[in-house]
Amino acid sequence: MAKQEIRVTVNGREHRSEVEPRLLLVHYLRDVLGLTGTHIGCDTSQCGACTIIMDGQSVKSCTVFAVQADGSQITTIEGLAKDGQLHPLQEGFWEEHGLQCGFCTPGMIMSAYDLLQRNPDPTEAEIREALEGNLCRCTGYQNIVKAIQYAASRVREHEPVAAS
Amino acid sequence: MTTATTFVGSSVKRVEDPEFITGSGTYLDDIKLPGMAHMAILHSPHAHARIRGIDTSKAQQHPGVLAVFTGKDTAGINPLPCAWQAGGVENHVNTPHVLASDEVRYVGDAVAVVVAEDPYTARDALELIEVDYEPLPAVVDPEKATQEGAPQLHENAPNNVCMRWTAGNQEATDRAFEQAEVVVKQRLVNQRLIPTAMETRGAIGSYNPGTGEFTIWMTSQAPHVMKLLLAAFVLNVPENKIRCISPDVGGGFGSKIFCYADMALVAFASRQLGRPVKYVEDRTENYQWTTHGRDHVTYAEIAGTRDGRITGLRVRTYANLGAYLSTIAPGIPTTLYGRMVPGVYKIPATFVEVLGVYTDTAMVDAYRGAGRPEAAYLIERMVDLFAREVGMDPAEVRRRNFVPPNEFPHDNGVGMLPYDSGEYEKALNRALELSGYPEFRREQEEARRQGRLLGVGLSSYVEVCGVAPSAWIGLNGQGWGAGLWESANVRVHLTGKAVVTTGTSPHGQGHATTFAQLVADELGVPMEDVIVEHGDTQGTPFGFGTYGSRSLAVGGSAILRSTAKIREKARKLAAHMLEASEEDVVWENGRFTVRGSPESARTIPEIALAAATGYSLPEGMEPYLDETSYYDPPNCTFPFGTHVCMVEVDRDTGETRLVRYVAVDDVGNVINPMIVDGQLHGGIVQGVAQAMWEQGVYTEDGQLVTGSLMDYALPKASMLPNFELDRTVTPTNVNAMGAKGAGEAGTIAATPAVVNAVMDALAPLGIRHLDMPLAPEKVWHAIQERSASQKEER
Repeated sequence: MAKQEIRVTVNGREHRSEVEPRLLLVHYLRDVLGLTGTHIGCDTSQCGACTIIMDGQSVKSCTVFAVQADGSQITTIEGLAKDGQLHPLQEGFWEEHGLQCGFCTPGMIMSAYDLLQRNPDPTEAEIREALEGNLCRCTGYQNIVKAIQYAASRVREHEPVAAS
Repeated sequence: MTTATTFVGSSVKRVEDPEFITGSGTYLDDIKLPGMAHMAILHSPHAHARIRGIDTSKAQQHPGVLAVFTGKDTAGINPLPCAWQAGGVENHVNTPHVLASDEVRYVGDAVAVVVAEDPYTARDALELIEVDYEPLPAVVDPEKATQEGAPQLHENAPNNVCMRWTAGNQEATDRAFEQAEVVVKQRLVNQRLIPTAMETRGAIGSYNPGTGEFTIWMTSQAPHVMKLLLAAFVLNVPENKIRCISPDVGGGFGSKIFCYADMALVAFASRQLGRPVKYVEDRTENYQWTTHGRDHVTYAEIAGTRDGRITGLRVRTYANLGAYLSTIAPGIPTTLYGRMVPGVYKIPATFVEVLGVYTDTAMVDAYRGAGRPEAAYLIERMVDLFAREVGMDPAEVRRRNFVPPNEFPHDNGVGMLPYDSGEYEKALNRALELSGYPEFRREQEEARRQGRLLGVGLSSYVEVCGVAPSAWIGLNGQGWGAGLWESANVRVHLTGKAVVTTGTSPHGQGHATTFAQLVADELGVPMEDVIVEHGDTQGTPFGFGTYGSRSLAVGGSAILRSTAKIREKARKLAAHMLEASEEDVVWENGRFTVRGSPESARTIPEIALAAATGYSLPEGMEPYLDETSYYDPPNCTFPFGTHVCMVEVDRDTGETRLVRYVAVDDVGNVINPMIVDGQLHGGIVQGVAQAMWEQGVYTEDGQLVTGSLMDYALPKASMLPNFELDRTVTPTNVNAMGAKGAGEAGTIAATPAVVNAVMDALAPLGIRHLDMPLAPEKVWHAIQERSASQKEER
């Protein structure tokens, strides 16, 4: 299959690659760039383990072709901590026992990141609603909700919303 | 001797988490080996068919394809083993070949593999394989499968019955029913569930032709057991030439305990090609051919007196085992289900009959709870139906029949080992108090007058975990084909840093934290100085893995044995170092001191340095602090508790809203409350999900309807409430920690609590029982039917 050139910025670093047009973005991130923090848990866009931020919005990277990401800015779980400092969401998941096996966690965190950008002070119901596209089989979601509440209060306390 | 307890009992944050929250964990699919090729598997689209021929020529010629294998090529690989047959009875054993060559028996049966340079190409080439199938009639229902004229799966299993197993006293039970004032009967379907760990399964095989050694990475809950089974039964390779590694594993819930065809296929393909070979299931494959759970059809009868005493229980269960026996399938509906059906109640006479049945469906094996959820569902539903029949409050009927605390150890009459300890009424009382049960009953009465459907359901459960001892569970007892002890090695390096190696294999449970808490306290060192290693069979003692809520009760006990040995040796060395007599050296506040002179003391790191350098050791002492233990417990442990679920059913839509959920569990002593609560949250949700949403559905001709996450109703955050947890603490004397196990309790308890609540809500309409899942459509239909007939009655 004829390859196409793409240029994407992932976690602040620019990459130029030749990819097959059918290559999924999640495979590009994982297999070409070696960013294996983004996971694959299904083949029907239900589980959300592959959620990333693309041009400011959360997307399921299993449902985007790498060529569609040409020219875009992407943040993955690997790009969330800054200067060795965990993002409040990462802190929240750790503090509140928001993960067990950890497989859904990167997608959960990226979806929550998207939520807090849009709504820095979500109610519990809004958090649960926002996780509509992310499945977890271990935690029963209770501590994931608490983790996001923790992060929301931290973000509100310490920094203006990351909507920059 | 006193121990300075610092970490045990406190909610220490998990040491596992930093890698998972930053995306730096290493799951199987994250592993990339030099020269690695990729395997894809062709599965049968038919539930039952004869294979007339397979043409792989086009696939073989496809660019990028390295090899295509069919059952002819893998004829030298033995069928997968069944390591737990039903104890004491004849089992008609049929296990799958790694690739089927003459007949397929369920949608998902593997028929061919492609190995290619990349996974996309391997997938492309699968579509070029032509299989000539002759479809045969199929059967999916375990009860229908046993009837005359049903399609037959295996020659050696007439009427598709793998085994008939019984427990209890049939005569006494029949007599109890003859003499009973009240008999309540109910057919109960415990539907098929699909475990759905968020990480699918996979394996990477790497063969070293120079040494003849295989390394197999696998998403396994039991890598040591896989090494043994693959070596001795499947691949016929010396056991010391296989190394199995479970990296980070993304959940299992039982489905990753077992020996699967792909483990052998990647090893085989790697040897053929001289390159590492990776296989990772997609979710559709995971649903089709990774094991499912539950799937019972049960005829249950309960006998009792008008004043609410249970006098007998009679059970006949058709347990669907799927098309072949998975690794431990027959043990689940027998030892782990049949021997637990009396639950928390003192029942004078019980008889259980279980038929293990083959059908044209995916193999059924342990899924979170494994047999005990089916047992708890059965007895807790029957007790509710009995309470309704005699017109008593279900809480009161439970109270009246509990095994009282002074009657432990308790023999339940169906061959389970004696229950270790229990305070069933205490947990019930706490749950009723916490949930405001009496107030809810009053509220319910008022609501019913307004036509609203409020319901409350109870589930007082007991389960068995930390299953052992080997002499009981093993071949001549319960049919388990090995021991069921656990191992641990603890060593303290020269620098005072400790490494714990466990034969258990966590996949989300947080052992690295819990075990480090235990060891840090025992050795008087900071937690960060203790590292827990697991999952790699190289250089670690054999262990049986993580399942059945056994890791702390059995594996943790093995660790404590090793730390005790280390402490004993260290005490001798401390005496030598302090020039004191051994008897005068005592362990106090995390270090050894000389009795009467607390200023002369030695810590474990100090002693480890002396032990490792070996410059001055007592006569005959070997250098280093390094101790291994194998621990075989004298009994299982029996956690228990009561869950209370409150619901409101919408009359117009049939939708059930979970109003409140209160759980009071008694898992014995707790090492890390935060982790135990997390296990309960997740466990409860899996139990609630069975009651309300999940069901693995096959069409009559064996097509899997719920073949993806689009169709299988896995619960989402918005469908669930917060759970209110509390505990009572009744330690066990089975192990030194007094800990019982918490991994499955929530799942076991939750299902009947929810169903009982919904049935209670629907009681005013005269609805007595509905089978799970209680999805709105089913409930709505039941409401419509009853409303119509009630109108007619008027």
